[in-house]
Amino acid sequence: MPAPFIIGRSSVTQVMAWVLAALLPGVGVYVWLFGPGILVTLSLATVTALAAEAAMLKARGYPAKPFLTDLSAIVTAWLLALSLPSLAPWWLIVTGTLFAIVVAKHLYGGLGQNIFNPAMVGYAVLIVSFPVQMTQWAGPLELTATPLTLAQSAMVIFGGDVPKATLDAVTMATPLDALRTGLLQQHTVDEIMTQPIFGHYGGTGFEWLAAAFLAGGLLLWALRIIGWQVPLAFLAGVWLTAGFLHFFDAGRFGAPWFHLFAPSVMLGAFFIATDPVSGATTPRGRLIFGFGAGFLTIVIRTWGGYPDGVAFAILLMNLSVPLIDQYTQPRVYGEARKGEAPRS
Amino acid sequence: MLGWSAIRFKVEGNPLAEKIDAILPQTQCGQCGFPGCRPYAEAIAKGEAEINQCPPGGEEGVKKLAELLGVEPKPLDEAHGAPKPKSVAFIDENTCIGCTLCIQACPVDAISGAAKQMHTILAAECTGCELCLPPCPVDCITMVPIPEDLPHWKWKHPVVMLKQLDREEAAT
Amino acid sequence: MSRELFKFRGGVHPPEHKAESNGRPVHPAPLPKTLVIPLRQHIGTPAKPVVEVGERVLKGQLIGAADGYISCAVHASSSGIVTAIGPAAVPHVSGLPDDCITIETDGRDEWIAHAPLDWRAMEPADLRMRLRDMGIAGLGGAVFPSAVKLDPGAARHCPTLIVNGGECEPWITCDDLLMRTRADEILAGVAIMRHLLGSTEVLVGIEDNKPEAIAAMRDAAAGLDFPVEVVPVPAVYPGGGAKQMIETLTGRQVPSGKLSTDIGIQVFNVGTAHALARAVHHGEPLIARLVTVTGHVLRPQNFEVLIGTPMHALITLAGDREGATGVLMGGPMMGVPMPSLDVPVVKATNCILVKSAELFPPLPKALPCIRCTRCADACPAELQPQELFRFAKAGDFGRAQEYHLFDCIECGCCSYVCPSHIPLVDFYRYAKSEIWAREREKRAADLARERHEFRQFRLEREKKEKAEKLAAKAQAKRAEIAADATASGAPDAEAKKALIAAALARAQAKKAEAAPKNTDNLSPETQHEIEEIETRRAKIRELAHQPLEPEEKP
Repeated sequence: MPAPFIIGRSSVTQVMAWVLAALLPGVGVYVWLFGPGILVTLSLATVTALAAEAAMLKARGYPAKPFLTDLSAIVTAWLLALSLPSLAPWWLIVTGTLFAIVVAKHLYGGLGQNIFNPAMVGYAVLIVSFPVQMTQWAGPLELTATPLTLAQSAMVIFGGDVPKATLDAVTMATPLDALRTGLLQQHTVDEIMTQPIFGHYGGTGFEWLAAAFLAGGLLLWALRIIGWQVPLAFLAGVWLTAGFLHFFDAGRFGAPWFHLFAPSVMLGAFFIATDPVSGATTPRGRLIFGFGAGFLTIVIRTWGGYPDGVAFAILLMNLSVPLIDQYTQPRVYGEARKGEAPRS
Repeated sequence: MLGWSAIRFKVEGNPLAEKIDAILPQTQCGQCGFPGCRPYAEAIAKGEAEINQCPPGGEEGVKKLAELLGVEPKPLDEAHGAPKPKSVAFIDENTCIGCTLCIQACPVDAISGAAKQMHTILAAECTGCELCLPPCPVDCITMVPIPEDLPHWKWKHPVVMLKQLDREEAAT
Repeated sequence: MSRELFKFRGGVHPPEHKAESNGRPVHPAPLPKTLVIPLRQHIGTPAKPVVEVGERVLKGQLIGAADGYISCAVHASSSGIVTAIGPAAVPHVSGLPDDCITIETDGRDEWIAHAPLDWRAMEPADLRMRLRDMGIAGLGGAVFPSAVKLDPGAARHCPTLIVNGGECEPWITCDDLLMRTRADEILAGVAIMRHLLGSTEVLVGIEDNKPEAIAAMRDAAAGLDFPVEVVPVPAVYPGGGAKQMIETLTGRQVPSGKLSTDIGIQVFNVGTAHALARAVHHGEPLIARLVTVTGHVLRPQNFEVLIGTPMHALITLAGDREGATGVLMGGPMMGVPMPSLDVPVVKATNCILVKSAELFPPLPKALPCIRCTRCADACPAELQPQELFRFAKAGDFGRAQEYHLFDCIECGCCSYVCPSHIPLVDFYRYAKSEIWAREREKRAADLARERHEFRQFRLEREKKEKAEKLAAKAQAKRAEIAADATASGAPDAEAKKALIAAALARAQAKKAEAAPKNTDNLSPETQHEIEEIETRRAKIRELAHQPLEPEEKP
């Protein structure tokens, strides 16, 4: 085996472990502000993902150990779990995770080969197939009279006999749902925003969740696990597009800050759009990729059939990655710089 | 100079056949059933021959032809022979009687010598077509595989991938 | 003294491991019993042996002459008897043998007559040829014949001369020690380089992890009659690469596919400058060099080694230890594994690195590429290694070339940072050698096609000639028979007569065709006119055949 004979300390496992670690602030805030239900969802998704990964590796004749320990399946599971409503029924979580791992990851060739982000494929399949169940969000604790305990949350998720009243008391529409519904009822944004679910920026509780994801994302950036291009361009895409619309008709379009801090944007910008496998690879390509995803997120939130657009926006941009990469190949060492005559 | 030679050596003819000819290995061995690479190329261009009749070109040659013609590659036709390692002819100079039959058979004039004199192969020009073997009345020509030497040594395709690991682990 | 430095893109910081070997003084390695001197130690045509088996040679005697412009001579490193000329083990990763001259040394180490060169008085071209014949080649690793690099070419002079004391590879310290101990000689060599290249600016780039070398070189530079700027540069691998050193010091990049001289910069390794000074000031050809022996040995240190010394002798000298797992020539980033320890030290041997499981644990198995582009961030050639990998792996060499495969300097930064531990450089080497092999095959095929076409043409011509000859013969025969027939009055005489008549008529017609009929009875004036026209025509024909170049020139 020829040179080099030494390697740096990085590994796929290390990269994935940092991604998981950077999600922990978000998970902590989730538990603190929305109750412990999310832990059930996360655990269920993790177990399902690992089982599916092991089964698929076996079926495809690959060794299990290096691929299970690379933690990529767990990252997929967590990203999906954090995108799902926190009280989604167990079969919804299992179906989404299985679809993500089996179809979106392994049927496309496994680690490194999937052209779409597996978690987002799982999410998209669920929201298209089960739109009703995908609304079972636990409301922020400060707005719920009797929050669910861990056991009660598990009961809800596993379809246990929970009185409908108890459930109704804790689930409520997310700010994005509320905005959408309000706009459909011909209310203006200002009127809608007076509802208690809307906090300062992105919704009561939700804005703190977004801030925690932002913090985790900045940690990843500081560790150079992710580059700055995709998140920044994504946020810029969201902010500029939403700001443009809001500027022209503040009554019909949500404020840019609101859109930024509806938590799926932060999760998407720092953790999902930065998925290297399904994202663009060139620096300029990443700017285009991120901005495009941000722009499409707002477009889908505003005019699409679903309240949130992050998943579809990212999947659409995944689709255009080969094209983006091909046309944004950077200049190599010794090539004439742009606007500069080739030196001879 | 190049412009000049382009005019000077301009060949009238079928550009497709030319492109095919550029892919063929120019062994001129006739294993394809045509008297040389060019006629085979023309036959392919006219659709009169399959793309898998050239053993010296190997599977890779077939693949390239398939790509050029926009057809599905197919495995080499065994009827035309199997690919062999690259070789050059070698004349055993003690046995050679100087009959010149091999010289007449050589498609690229890579054998030098005159009547009743010993013949020698110009190894650099020999394409390894083996056409000189049958006419030799004393069987003094053998095919010698070209040994790998430093200037021709190649880095191999790295073997690293994944499933490999499984087998190795199973073996240990 | 401060100079604005520039940062090249990419690079990595592998553990340096310089302290192991740079603390001990340079030690001359003893004369080995056998010297094996490869004829191909440099880039270009291998040297041609000029001695015979059984011949006694003296130290410094030319044994292999340079063959062509891009070539370099080799010399006997000590006195003794030539015992073999032919394939022997050489330090190449393939383990394939190559042509070498083997010398059984006699222990007398007897020099051939040699004298300094009067380099200031010599014609530059002559001096360069002398250097080629003294075997001077780049000692930084590429072993490119220095005579070629010392030719400023059409530009007549190369304004900037950079002396490369970067030595960025981990473990290696031979350039460091050379600068510490022989700074004066290095700069004496630099003076000659400057003279040949006509340089006005001389920069010595040394990584800032070698303070002793920087101080020594600065001291030596102070006593010179021309300005030399010793510039400490940040220690980043591969900052000692020629292109990276140029960018660090000047902020300029060598245009893709061009030479540094095209932007008026030439780079030489400090070892090369030292060898040049020995050659010019002492008349000594390149027969020895400093070699770092380090890694899993008892006393890692630098030796002054005769070219051709077997590597195992040096490892024994440094104290071999149990548990060695292999030997590299060069450093851990770009070094090549040695097929055996019997291979000789050559001009390219800067380091012999003995591996052990502890120092060089086996690399983890590779996982698939996750397109994280850390390789792209680390690539000093600013390539997209992940794309090159994809194309090389798939055998799509055309695309790999489009993505600038040949700008890859094989520094290994991409493999070093890859979280999936993919041996990326292996794939690039593989792709490059496949492309080269294909080009060779293409040339061979073109030659074969040409020869075949010529043969077809020749056969065709011969056939025609033969046919014509036969036809002529047959005709003659027929005429003969016909004559006979007329004489004998054979029954078919009538037919034959007709045949002959026809043939005669044809022959006459041909004759008539050859000569214009209307020129028989012409007046002298008309005759004159025709001649004039003919000369004009001849002139036009002549002009038409002349090449157009003279007119195109301004």
